[in-house]
Amino acid sequence: MSNVPSSARQETLTESRRAGISTGKPAGRSPAARRRTRLLLYEPIPRTRYLLLAVCSLGAVFAIWSGLSYGGIVSNLFLPTPTQVWQAAVGEYQSGVLYSDTVASVLRILSGFVVSSALAIPVGVLMGSFKAAEAVIEPAIDFIRYMPAVAFIPLTLIWFGTTTSQKVVILFIGIFFQEVLLIMDNVKTVPRPLVDMAYSLGLSNWQVLRRVIFRSALPGIVDTLRMSMGWAWTYLVVAELVGANDGLGFRIEQAQRYLNTPEILLGIIVIGILGIIFDFGFKAVYAKSFPYMSERKS
Amino acid sequence: MPDRLVLRDVGKGFSTKKGPLRALDGVALTLADGEFVSVVGASGCGKSTLLRIVGGLEQASEGELILDGSPLLGPGRDRGMVFQQYTLYPWLTAQGNVEFGLRDLPRRQRSEMALEYLNVVGLGEFAHHHPGQLSGGMQQRVAIARALALRPSILLMDEPFGALDAQTRSLMQELLLSIWERDRLSVLFVTHDIDEAIFLADRICVLASKPGRVREVIDVPLPRPRTFEQQMSKEFLQLKSHVRNLIHDEAARNAGFVGSLA
Repeated sequence: MSNVPSSARQETLTESRRAGISTGKPAGRSPAARRRTRLLLYEPIPRTRYLLLAVCSLGAVFAIWSGLSYGGIVSNLFLPTPTQVWQAAVGEYQSGVLYSDTVASVLRILSGFVVSSALAIPVGVLMGSFKAAEAVIEPAIDFIRYMPAVAFIPLTLIWFGTTTSQKVVILFIGIFFQEVLLIMDNVKTVPRPLVDMAYSLGLSNWQVLRRVIFRSALPGIVDTLRMSMGWAWTYLVVAELVGANDGLGFRIEQAQRYLNTPEILLGIIVIGILGIIFDFGFKAVYAKSFPYMSERKS
Repeated sequence: MPDRLVLRDVGKGFSTKKGPLRALDGVALTLADGEFVSVVGASGCGKSTLLRIVGGLEQASEGELILDGSPLLGPGRDRGMVFQQYTLYPWLTAQGNVEFGLRDLPRRQRSEMALEYLNVVGLGEFAHHHPGQLSGGMQQRVAIARALALRPSILLMDEPFGALDAQTRSLMQELLLSIWERDRLSVLFVTHDIDEAIFLADRICVLASKPGRVREVIDVPLPRPRTFEQQMSKEFLQLKSHVRNLIHDEAARNAGFVGSLA
């Protein structure tokens, strides 16, 4: 390679960089600054503006709800007011059912989630890295995965009654098969050069699997678990609606019998809040465990 | 000088959807101890496959590979590899990456070795940085340190500077040469960059493609230690034009330029 074209390329590079800097100037009256009128896709925004927009959007939902219910546009039988929901919350808190329902539901979801994930991780990792395992297991999983988990509720009620085991089984049917396939994909996206390198550094198959493939796929796996926790809430609540003696889903079902819409809405909101808490937990674990994922340059 | 690596009649066939494909055919090459050999060829000539076979990451369909007198079976730490793609483990620091290949050493010795070789590539201060915090050139220097720390019989490099910009690449070439001058390692270096092949090597192995086979092995008579200015010398340019002629027609044909350029 001769020197002339490469140094020319370098010059254009510096030039464009310089242009980039002048466009970034905030209050400049330069032509470049005036050109910046268009909103560009993928463009980052300041954190304060991000938070402001998020608060506004939640506020808007609350405002519409208030307008519709306080304004009498929709009957309070169908859409209770925020005040009524608050009163329902105070009532359930004082009687203790809010707490006991929450504990019951959270324990169930954690058991189902832990059992499913504890099995899905090794199976998924094996399927993603070992073709023969994929060939043996994937067809069966693809088949079962399309059977709706909630259709198993009657059968599981006959088998286990309204016990916690029955909820765990429904959660397992609902999330295990999805988790396995997603974890398999997480493992398949591990860059091959990392694996080649590990072999050339003298690692055995087992060491490559554990120290490179699993470790490299781990951030993706944690994200998969975070998403499957979201599905788990849906399956749990459906299971509790149909056959349970306590839990947030059971409380919603009870409230429905007496047309107690404030308690129904309360149940839905509590589930939403719990979901967000779990999601935040996963995101915090992710940020704490994989700081290198956000410091990547490209 | 004793032979470090001997390739005898190495061939490689793949079966593809369109039928069998010969990637390499009857490749014979001998690397003396401390010799630096470049392998060049048009893209698709099987030069990377050849390196992967020597690295034990792929198996030859036929032929014999002998390293230090014994046949090669599978990958191992006696060959330090550096790839074009970034192969640092992003969850480990630069030091952790270099130590990754030294697992059987006691902890203290491991970290001493890692720091020693990070210093060799000029990155001692960056030992605690993660790959994501390093530039592409720095990442490849860590990868080289990792390969060197194994104290391998031979260094296998597959277009290690291919993803770097021109300035960084030429600095990396000079760094590699200075390391080579110091340690007199045996190096098998695959590249498509003819200047790079000549500048670095004692001999250049030019591959012809489809199937990949040795077209010519050329001695590089340029004196050592090499300097950047030599790349403008008459000898260098003559050599370059010779290698270029060997590769050019084939490159055009392989890339589908038949008739328009040839």
